Amino acid sequence: MSAEAADVAASVAVPVHDNRAAFADELLRLAREDDRIVAVCNDSVGSSNLVAFREEFPDRLVNVGIAEQNMVGVGAGLASFGLIPFVCAASPFLTARSLEQIKADVAYSQHPVILCGMSPGLAYGELGPTHHSPEDLSWLRALPGIDIVVPADRRQTRQAVVAAARQPRPTFIRVGRFKVPDVTPETSTLRRGRFDVLRGGDDVTIIAAGTLVSRALVAAAALRVSGVDARVLNAAYIAPLDVDAIRAAAFETRAIVTAEEANVSGGLGAAVASVVGELPARARVPLRVLGMREFAPTGSTEFLLGYFGLTAEDLVRAAEDALSDG
Amino acid sequence: MLSTDLSQVERWRRRRAEVAAASPDRRRELLADTARRTRRNVVRMIRTAGQGHIGGDFSVADILTTLFSHTLRVDPAAPSARGTDRFILSKGHCAASLYSTLADAGYFPLRALDTFMAPLSELNGHPNRVKVPGVETNTGPLGHGLPVAVGQAVAARLTGSDTRVFVVLGDGELQEGSNWEALMAAAHLRLDNLILIVDRNRLQQGARTEDTNGLEPLEARLRAFGCEVRRADGHDFDALIEAFLPATENGPVAVIADTVKGKGVSFMEDRVEWHHKVPTEDQVEQAMRELA
Repeated sequence: MSAEAADVAASVAVPVHDNRAAFADELLRLAREDDRIVAVCNDSVGSSNLVAFREEFPDRLVNVGIAEQNMVGVGAGLASFGLIPFVCAASPFLTARSLEQIKADVAYSQHPVILCGMSPGLAYGELGPTHHSPEDLSWLRALPGIDIVVPADRRQTRQAVVAAARQPRPTFIRVGRFKVPDVTPETSTLRRGRFDVLRGGDDVTIIAAGTLVSRALVAAAALRVSGVDARVLNAAYIAPLDVDAIRAAAFETRAIVTAEEANVSGGLGAAVASVVGELPARARVPLRVLGMREFAPTGSTEFLLGYFGLTAEDLVRAAEDALSDG
Repeated sequence: MLSTDLSQVERWRRRRAEVAAASPDRRRELLADTARRTRRNVVRMIRTAGQGHIGGDFSVADILTTLFSHTLRVDPAAPSARGTDRFILSKGHCAASLYSTLADAGYFPLRALDTFMAPLSELNGHPNRVKVPGVETNTGPLGHGLPVAVGQAVAARLTGSDTRVFVVLGDGELQEGSNWEALMAAAHLRLDNLILIVDRNRLQQGARTEDTNGLEPLEARLRAFGCEVRRADGHDFDALIEAFLPATENGPVAVIADTVKGKGVSFMEDRVEWHHKVPTEDQVEQAMRELA
């Protein structure tokens, strides 16, 4: 990595933050203003950072115990009564164990439940694939009628909580545990169904979500050194999908790279591919989809991100490879 | 979304008032009339659609009639309004009986029943709250209604409402683990505003419950899970009315309603094949004669 890129890396790499703290803090703040806000969890009071919420609003924290199907159904019942339930659980258990409840009770029933997938993706590192949720984006993207929000940093996490509380609708928020730097500008706002342009560029577009956004910025800085101008889009919303931004990237730049801490089978990359694949031939630019393709071996989150080719260096290589294909 | 039929709501209100004021004998007559109308509607709907779940529709018909013609505090002109009771049919495959009951109360026009399962009809094979007034949550996959009802009961308590939440489950449905998760929570939270009604017709899709994955001893199981258990003949209106009285213990009420699948039509009663068999024209005629 060049000196310039290393400088950028250093500037965006520290300090880093666990988004769960911002999530819990914002939820508590909103709960003080709006008594319709309730939290539901599956014994995950600690891991969902709900201890302070419980202390202040013991009646408004519904802990159903280790029972995720009931947890999501209870959320739907609370929502049907006009309350605003934030249903919090580790993402693998929230999205897998209760997928049919998410489909029938939340998305199909259009009950405005806010599903908060805590510690998603590879956050549980060495605990292994039973505790990873690289599938959550694929599973939920298959359901009509539910928003999927992947905040990139603390600010966006807070904004996602506020947006969900102000205009409740069926929503999944992926609340990261793996510490990430602040990447969104102070003045930025979270807009439903829109990608954020974090960096302009006309050569290649990197579309990244969550953990991968800061890495995309580092990669863009490295590419600049070799004369490549990379556009960086922060895919804070996976659903609704920002089709306009994807089309613009395909028409205005010569290649697209997607990067996510998720399986490539149906997440952000697959969504982008399905848009690009239907464009006129001149806009069907080379595409590289970075993500996971198998169950993870043993390792820390940081190690596994490297193992699956999700480092800034991997993004640079993918961009160069895609550009050479054009 | 279907719209309310206000003149039908008026007729329903007058009938409810009559039921409330009637002598026990007259009350039985009035409720039996409504239940017979429901079963006749169901036969017509399933004949027209060429599909449906007639056996379970008939086993639950008297329960639905008792609830909507007597027990539930609801206003079809303002479904889910604050202070009203909530009702969930967890065994969503018996939508025809539910639709007929709702239309009879004016939640939507009776003529909509003719569209049951027709292309683009609001009346799907399983109820959809987005399209059908009076439906609280979309059911069909089993084991979904009770957890949602638990959430509503918690919400009622949190908001200081005296709403009671009623949920009807099929007996085979109790094989779904989610129900037992929900029961544990309901008892732990002492939800005395929740009442679950088990349509105990003893048959599931392919066989008897006890030959498939036995539920007995069901009373003891429900009691062990913290329910105030009541047992009633699911076709005896007086018994159902009494079973639906508010809780006397500090927790959820479970009513085991002993029913007969296919109740009301001799050749369907307690026959496993009538789970979702469609009657022929001759069978329709005979059924309508028996339900006259």
